[in-house]
Amino acid sequence: MTTILKEVDAVVIGVGWTGSIMARELTKAGLNVVGLERGAKRMPSEDFTLPNVRDDLKYAVRQELFQDAQEETVSFRHSPSEAALPVRRLGSFLPGTGLGGAGSHWNGLTWRLLPSDHNLRTHLTQRYGQSAIPSEMTIEDFPVSYDELEPYYDHFEKICGVSGKAGNLRGQKIAGGNMFEGPRQNEYPNKPLPQTMAGSIMEAACKDLGYSTFAGPSANASEVYTNPEGLTLGACEFCGHCERFGCEANAKASPNVCILPNLLSDPKFELRNYAYVKELVYDRQARKVKAVRYIDTRTGEEYEQPAGIVVLGAFVFNNNLLMMTAGIGEQYDPSTGKGALGRNYCYQLSGNTVTVFFEDKVINPFMASGAHTTNIDDFNGDNFDHGGLGFFGGAIIAAGTTNGRPILTRPVPSGTPRWGREWKQATAKWYNHAFNIGASGCSYAHRENFLDLDPTYKDVLGRPLIRMSYNFRENDHKLVEYIGAAMERIGRAMNPTKISPAAVRRGNYSVVAYQSTHNTGGTIMGSDPKTSVVNRYLQAWNADNLFVVGASVFPQNASYNPTGLVGALAYWSAEAITQRYIKNPGPLMPV
Amino acid sequence: MAKDPKIGRREFLTVAGAAALAPAAPAAAQQVSATPSAAMAAATSPPVDEPLLTLTATEHAFFVAAADTIIPPDQLSPSGSDCGVANFIDRQLAGAYGTGARLYRQGPFPKGKPEQGYQLSLNPREFFRAGVASANEFTRKTYGKDFDRLNEEQRIAALKTMEEGKAEFKGFGSAMFFNALLQITMEGFFADPVYGGNRDMASWKMVGYPGLPATYRNDIRKYLGKTYDKPPRSIADFS
Repeated sequence: MTTILKEVDAVVIGVGWTGSIMARELTKAGLNVVGLERGAKRMPSEDFTLPNVRDDLKYAVRQELFQDAQEETVSFRHSPSEAALPVRRLGSFLPGTGLGGAGSHWNGLTWRLLPSDHNLRTHLTQRYGQSAIPSEMTIEDFPVSYDELEPYYDHFEKICGVSGKAGNLRGQKIAGGNMFEGPRQNEYPNKPLPQTMAGSIMEAACKDLGYSTFAGPSANASEVYTNPEGLTLGACEFCGHCERFGCEANAKASPNVCILPNLLSDPKFELRNYAYVKELVYDRQARKVKAVRYIDTRTGEEYEQPAGIVVLGAFVFNNNLLMMTAGIGEQYDPSTGKGALGRNYCYQLSGNTVTVFFEDKVINPFMASGAHTTNIDDFNGDNFDHGGLGFFGGAIIAAGTTNGRPILTRPVPSGTPRWGREWKQATAKWYNHAFNIGASGCSYAHRENFLDLDPTYKDVLGRPLIRMSYNFRENDHKLVEYIGAAMERIGRAMNPTKISPAAVRRGNYSVVAYQSTHNTGGTIMGSDPKTSVVNRYLQAWNADNLFVVGASVFPQNASYNPTGLVGALAYWSAEAITQRYIKNPGPLMPV
Repeated sequence: MAKDPKIGRREFLTVAGAAALAPAAPAAAQQVSATPSAAMAAATSPPVDEPLLTLTATEHAFFVAAADTIIPPDQLSPSGSDCGVANFIDRQLAGAYGTGARLYRQGPFPKGKPEQGYQLSLNPREFFRAGVASANEFTRKTYGKDFDRLNEEQRIAALKTMEEGKAEFKGFGSAMFFNALLQITMEGFFADPVYGGNRDMASWKMVGYPGLPATYRNDIRKYLGKTYDKPPRSIADFS
């Protein structure tokens, strides 16, 4: 029995960053919007309060705020010739759930892509020649340029109150900022966070080596700040509990702090919690999604919500799942290269580190925010010549401390036993005298890295799991070795008492150890309906009233944390809907 | 409360049980080093361990011995079990985590590659039940005794064999068991004391982690490069 509800102007699936942005912009344009959120109505004033907000075991280890794998997970294999098995316990990536989504428990690094990340295929072809890109590397241009997206990056930074320093203000290069970045029209809304000890050691070493450091752009407000929504963020307390935690100071930008107070008080918006979207009702003839079916998880009852506009703002895997189960577009097949849905699943080359130890320096790793890094971009993207290197892309390299929570953070020199007397002595000695230099690298699309539906395993609603076929490829292996050597050079220039050899992601990809929740692709944006799922306005090629937002639209992943681009693209798409689509519903680009 | 180091829970239960079932079985009485009067003292002054929720006495004895081998007592901290690690494990395995919260448990359950992660049908409670049984079986075969009856040197050697994956286990490898044991032991040692481990914030004092409230708005500049000199506080101090 499905209860058919009264049609609304728009329905938004998932109320995290993208859902909140889209719903807010659409209600401001006069539409009645329903937000469907499978999780609870998580409110900072209730859920993120001292002292329990600092519970390391509950949040960081037992994963309190994340998607419950019992209900929904993905299956995984390295290549299309293998059998996929379910990811039974989340590890490598940790999707969010509940009001605010992963936006309530992220670290806060808020980047813009490099201009050459935006037009990647064109850029590399122009610089290195027509045949430079290997045929299995199915990278594309984003169909929106850096310059076009600049005002939307700018707006999202203002919504979040990002703390940072410009390195390129309207074309003028500024030392102390990221001089590799594209020109920005405005300075960051807040000044950078105070530098940590690790950051100051990083800065001195990089200066000696001729690299220019800058503060990682951080959505942890350095000062009390009021955003363009009129909502106020507190000043960061540097508590060292960002990633995997909510923020009791309201200093970390989140939908819950930066948008939702206005959206929830708007009578044009209705939030429905415990509304687990099961499927899209797709009218192939009309090329429209007529309605959204969801389960009220409190009662098990099924509802059908018809809507004029459907915004798909779930995490990468759910965006793919809902389009695949509805058959909106053709499933990608790696053996033929045909089909676009599920194509160009990418990740990020995260968790590459060099650890440095200083007998005579006190680091205080616990005094930090989640986005508290001193960075260089000299080895990022195409900021260095790749001629003869045998790979493309690069990595952001950063040092800093984000926390000192000792269940998970207690560095010891390599060769130290993992337990026993010697381990104890080393742990006590080095805990406050060490930090990591870390690198996060580009993940470029590969023909055999993709998503489809699992033939065996099901989720709690009886739907197939998303099946991830993914492995690190030659480009990735060469990239991390190159970056590992660069990190070691920086580490040695710090003159540490001890240095661990670069721990980079060698061998096969594993879903066990945490790397990043920067999963991307599968419903990618592009200029060609044969190789992409949505157009430059994030409108589905095969359903003009369906807009897909989030990192699932990235044609490949740059090295940066994706939220800055995710937020910018949401505002970009929302403007296309409110300025053009509402007046004249139909394809915004010729199909 | 004072704790007689000679009488663990396992001995206490054995002796108390034997006393209740008088006449005492001589074999059981001989197993323990405690004299009958010491056993009587233990009966009136029970060990400081919290009552158990799910572990058997044998399992508890294993986790006490394992925690004390992984985290031996020295000038840096009391032993793992004196910090409450075995009680922590008991509570964790009795609760949501132990019964499989956040663990996808639909079959089929074929063997996977290591990179595909955990693929057993067991929840953590069941996994540790099977693992402790295998570990004790292994040490009985190798040393003639359960793990908790071994001397320290033997316990270290036995754990190393398991860590290297060289101990014969049933159903899953010994390295997998050891890694899970190490993980939950460290959780108990370093988590907030509210969960029963990290008694008196011993591990936080050992490394210099200040715990709560962690509001360093001014301190981040004041203590740049300097040791933070305030004692740690935990959730209970603010509740």
